[in-house]
Amino acid sequence: MSFVANTPQQRKRMLADIGLTMEDLFADIPETLLKHQFNLPEGMSEQQVRAAMADLAKKNHTDLTCFLGGGFYDHFIPAAVYALMSRSEFYTAYTPYQPELSQGTLQAIYEYQSVICRLTEMQASNASLYDGGTAMYEAMMMAIRITGRKKVIIDDSVNPIYRVMIDSYTQNLNIALEQTHCRNGLANRDEILDKLDEDTSALIVQNPNFFGCIDDVTDLADAAHKKGALLIVSVYPISLGILKPPGQMDADIVTGDGQSLAMPMSFGGPYLGFMATRKNFVRKMPGRIAGQTTDRLGRRSFVLTLQPREQHIRRAKATSNICSNEALCALTALIYLSLLGKQGLKKTAGLCADKASYAYKRLTAIDGVEPHFKAKWFFNEFVLDLPRNAGDVIAGLIEKGIAAGFPLSRYYENMNNSMLICVTEKRTKQEIGMLAEALESIL
Amino acid sequence: MVKEGLFYTREHEWAKIEGEIAIMGITDYAQQQLGEITYAELPKLEKQVQQNDELGVVESSKSASDFYSPVAGKVTEVNGRLESQPELINEDCYGEGWLCKFQLTSQKELENLMDAKKYENFLKGLE
Repeated sequence: MSFVANTPQQRKRMLADIGLTMEDLFADIPETLLKHQFNLPEGMSEQQVRAAMADLAKKNHTDLTCFLGGGFYDHFIPAAVYALMSRSEFYTAYTPYQPELSQGTLQAIYEYQSVICRLTEMQASNASLYDGGTAMYEAMMMAIRITGRKKVIIDDSVNPIYRVMIDSYTQNLNIALEQTHCRNGLANRDEILDKLDEDTSALIVQNPNFFGCIDDVTDLADAAHKKGALLIVSVYPISLGILKPPGQMDADIVTGDGQSLAMPMSFGGPYLGFMATRKNFVRKMPGRIAGQTTDRLGRRSFVLTLQPREQHIRRAKATSNICSNEALCALTALIYLSLLGKQGLKKTAGLCADKASYAYKRLTAIDGVEPHFKAKWFFNEFVLDLPRNAGDVIAGLIEKGIAAGFPLSRYYENMNNSMLICVTEKRTKQEIGMLAEALESIL
Repeated sequence: MVKEGLFYTREHEWAKIEGEIAIMGITDYAQQQLGEITYAELPKLEKQVQQNDELGVVESSKSASDFYSPVAGKVTEVNGRLESQPELINEDCYGEGWLCKFQLTSQKELENLMDAKKYENFLKGLE
């Protein structure tokens, strides 16, 4: 259906029919808001807009050698990914509201869900969510629905960006959010065990955690279950090529950001939130779910299933009111993982870990540079302590064409000299050498 | 179909009273309106409810509807068979398709319910 705007005359007639004025329609909005002036400039021509946007785009540093991680990763994206996902049959950002007409889209979502289940070793996945942070928030709300309890424990080794999002979402929800403080690079067992009780709905942890440390949380799953609470684990999907999957750790809900699965690093996304859980929690899981069935002639076909959980059927009691999915991003992740295959993913993850390990050796050999944590096990990120302010050092290295890392003081107290460094399979030995030399020269 | 000897609500639940115990389910009219039932979310055992409190949800292929308690009492039993056979609600809503049982805390709420004849008239009014 095409969009046809109504004319001022038509509006006037409609308003006259119901006996209202335009002002009446906006009567609920406080006058101070209505009178707000946005101070926008005059309109521009297409050519002027293009020039202005190109000028803005030039401000981005796109040619830095990237050692930035912290939840968003610079992995190699095969050209075939874009060629396939940009086909016009797929190039719509939303799941259709007459979904069964679009068998191709539903099949892609179904296969995406299957891939997420295999990656996490969980039983059921939804059709995706906005990003890692909203997925974690949705998992928390899901645990609250399942347990009927309102207390949530979250360790501060969980990505601080996600924690900021959770804080803001839960501001007015009457949820008791309690934070524990990472110790020696791992989720703080003592504090967690102390806080876990019969009022706790969920414990939220991350593996590898924000500092890159590998944390087998099997013991925490057990501790949570003993109190009737659920364990939510956020994961970095590439790491699952070689790390123990959360399903094997007995996690109840697994979430994460799928950006590392072939989505370019881009401020604000679009990224991909994923979520997987146990079969018996499926009805409490938010989001759309594609299912496989047979049509009346017995042919394999796909449907959207369990829709009564969704907001278009049951608004007030829907499992979520932001359960939209990122169909195109999910398709991107699916294509990427299909191209890599099991061996390819394993190899990619292995390369990340090996190169990070090499970088760790090179960098910690520099005078005055020390590893922050004693924990030996990290995936492809680690924290270094520098002899002076990490933010200043990082700014200095940008001048030399290197995005050396993330200054942790932005989110953590007493970490002014600490920086988080990430190494993906894209970084070469030469680039790592260049970083080591540049860092040594600047200190 | 309306069954004699039961109490009925305006939300299309039925209750059968056996001394201190009440059994409840949804009526034939309700199951017909819902269509093929795919899932019933039942209350937790020991839950204390007042009359008209929300008890759970019945899902069908086209909708999800809350159901409410016809009585005041404590939930003592839920129909576990519905987990694997929710279709029992369609097939035998006054029998095998019952939803839950209560220990009544008071009988006086029963006065607010309809008998079979009143419910039948109530349904006629809906047509």
